[in-house]
Amino acid sequence: MDLNSLYTSFNYIAPEITIAVALIMIVIFDLIFDKNKKIIPYIAYLGIFSALFFVAANFNLTGTNYKVSSLNESMGMISTDTFGSFFKILILVSSALIIFFSKTSEEIKKTFERAGEYYALIFGMILGMMFMVTASDLILIYLSVELLSLSSYVLAGFTKLRDRNAEASLKYLIYGAVASGLMLFGISLVYGMVGSTNLAALNNYLQLPLANVLTFTAAAVLIFAGIGYKISAAPFHFWTPDVYEGAPISITAYLSVASKAAGFALLIRLIRIGFVRFIDGDGNWHISGIFDWQSFIIIISILTMTLGNFSALWQNNLKRMLAYSSIAHAGYILLGVAVLSNHGLMAVMVYFFIYMIMNIGAFFVVMLIADKTGSEDIDDYNGMGYRTPLLGVALTVFLISLTGLPPTGGFIAKLYLFIALVDANLIFVAVIALLNSVVSLYYYVRVLKHMYLTRSDKDDLLFEISLSNKFFVTGLAALILLLGIYFTPLLDLVKNVSFFTL
Amino acid sequence: MIEVGLTHFLVISAALFSFGIYGVVTRKNAVMVLMGVELILNAANINFVAFARYGNFGLNGQIMALFIIILAAAEAAIALAIVLNIYKTFAHVNIDEIDNLKE
Repeated sequence: MDLNSLYTSFNYIAPEITIAVALIMIVIFDLIFDKNKKIIPYIAYLGIFSALFFVAANFNLTGTNYKVSSLNESMGMISTDTFGSFFKILILVSSALIIFFSKTSEEIKKTFERAGEYYALIFGMILGMMFMVTASDLILIYLSVELLSLSSYVLAGFTKLRDRNAEASLKYLIYGAVASGLMLFGISLVYGMVGSTNLAALNNYLQLPLANVLTFTAAAVLIFAGIGYKISAAPFHFWTPDVYEGAPISITAYLSVASKAAGFALLIRLIRIGFVRFIDGDGNWHISGIFDWQSFIIIISILTMTLGNFSALWQNNLKRMLAYSSIAHAGYILLGVAVLSNHGLMAVMVYFFIYMIMNIGAFFVVMLIADKTGSEDIDDYNGMGYRTPLLGVALTVFLISLTGLPPTGGFIAKLYLFIALVDANLIFVAVIALLNSVVSLYYYVRVLKHMYLTRSDKDDLLFEISLSNKFFVTGLAALILLLGIYFTPLLDLVKNVSFFTL
Repeated sequence: MIEVGLTHFLVISAALFSFGIYGVVTRKNAVMVLMGVELILNAANINFVAFARYGNFGLNGQIMALFIIILAAAEAAIALAIVLNIYKTFAHVNIDEIDNLKE
C-alpha cells in the first residue's frame, strides 16, 4: 500500500479519526487547564460535531477498505456504507444529547474535578461503537466490542458516591468479561473452519455445504452471546437491571441507547454480510441453511420481551423499571431483525431513531426529578404532575410513546415493526408482541397514576428547573409528538440509507 | 511416539475453556472469577495459534493472538482497579455478598 492510497483510505474512517483526536485533546486539556474544567464539555461537543460533519460529508462514500487479503478485493477490515453512516449519526447524536445530559446531572457535577476522565471515557465508548457499526472483520468486531466494554465498565462505577456505583461496575465487568470471552472462543472456532476472520470470506465459505453443523452452531451461539450481552437479550440480560440502577443516570441512558444501537448494527451486519446467500426481488434475505437465524432470534426475542415486561411489573425504582423496559424494547427490535428482509431492517432503523429520543427523554426527566428529590422511588412521584407540570407532561409523553400508543412516535415505530412481521407471515409472533405491549401499558401507566391521581402532602412544593433544561425536555417531547403525526421524512430517509457494501 | 497434531491443541483449549467456565461459575472471590475469564481468553488464543499453524491460514491467527494478549492485559488492569474499588467500599471481594441491588 503506497502512501497515496493510504491517504485516500483515511476518508473511510475520517469520523473515527476525529473522535480519536478529540479523545487525546480532552486528555491534554485536562492536564493543561488543571483548575478550570469548564472547557472540557465544549471540546467534547466540538469533537462530536466535527465527527458528525465528516459522517455527513462522506455519507455516500461506499466501499470496503483496509484489505486483509491481496487476492480478494471485497475483503476488508471495515465496510463503509449508508447503513453504517445512519447508525454512526444515531450514535453521535445520542452522544451529543448525553453530554448535555451529563452537564446537567448533579451526580456528574459532584465529581466535576474528574471531568476530563469522564469525557475521555465517553469518547472511548464512542470510538468503540463507531468501529462496531462498520467492522466487517471478526478481529475488528472483537476489538471494538472490547473498547466499548472497557470504557463502560469504568463509567458504570464512575461517581463512587454510593455503594451501588461500585457494585454496578463489578457486575457489568464480570458479565461482560465472560460474554466477550465466549464470543472470542466462538470467533476462534469460526476462524478454524473458514481460515479467515473476514465476514465476506465466511459468506464464501457458507456457499458450499462444507461446515460441520454442530461446531458451526456452537460457534454462532457463542458469538451471539457476546452481541446478546451488549443488546441485553434474554439469557444474557442479568446484568441490565443492576447496572442500570447502580450506574450514574447519564451513563444508564447512554448504555440503553447508544451501546444497544451499536450492538444491533453489529448483529445485522454480521448476518447480512456473513450469512445471507442471496436477496430475492421482494427484499427477503435467504440465509445459508447451516444455522437457522430466524427461529433462533425469534425464540430469543420472545423470551426477552416477555421477561422484560413481566419483571418490570413489580419494580418500585423507576430507573430499574426503565431498565426492564429497555430489555423489553430489545426484544421488539430483535423481532425486526428476525424478519430477515429489507422491510425488517427499515423497521429496526425507524424504531431505533424513535427509541433514542423517547428513552433519553424519559431518563432525562427521571434525572431532573431525582436531582431534586434524591430518589427514583416510584412512591416519591406522588403528586409530581402538579409539582412540576412541564416535567409531568413530558414524562407522560415519553411513557406513552414507550408503550406505543398514538399519537406518539412510539406508535409509528411499533406499527412498522408489526407490518414487517405480518408481511413475513410471522403473525403468531406479532400477536405475542402485541400482547406484550398490552402488559407494558400497566407499568408505564402506573407511573402516571402516581404522578396525577395519588396526592401527597408535598403537593404545594413546586420546583424550578433551569431554562435550558425546560427547552431540552420540551424539544424532545415535541419531536416525539411530531414523529407521531408527520413521519414521512424519517421513512424516506430510512428507505434511502438501508444499503450495505458487500 | 505420537506426533503432536491439531487435535491435541484443540483438546487442551477445550479443557481450558471448560475450566474457565467452571471457575467463573463456582468461585466466590472476584479475583478468582477474573482468573477464570483469563483461562477462557487463553483457550481461544491456543485455538487461534493452532489453527493458523496447522491449517496454513497465514499469520492472521497469530496476529489475533497478539491482540488478545494485549486486550487481556488491559482488561485485567481495569478489572483489578474495579475490584480494588469494591474492596474499599465493602471491605471484602466476595461477589455473593455484594447484592444490594436486588429488588
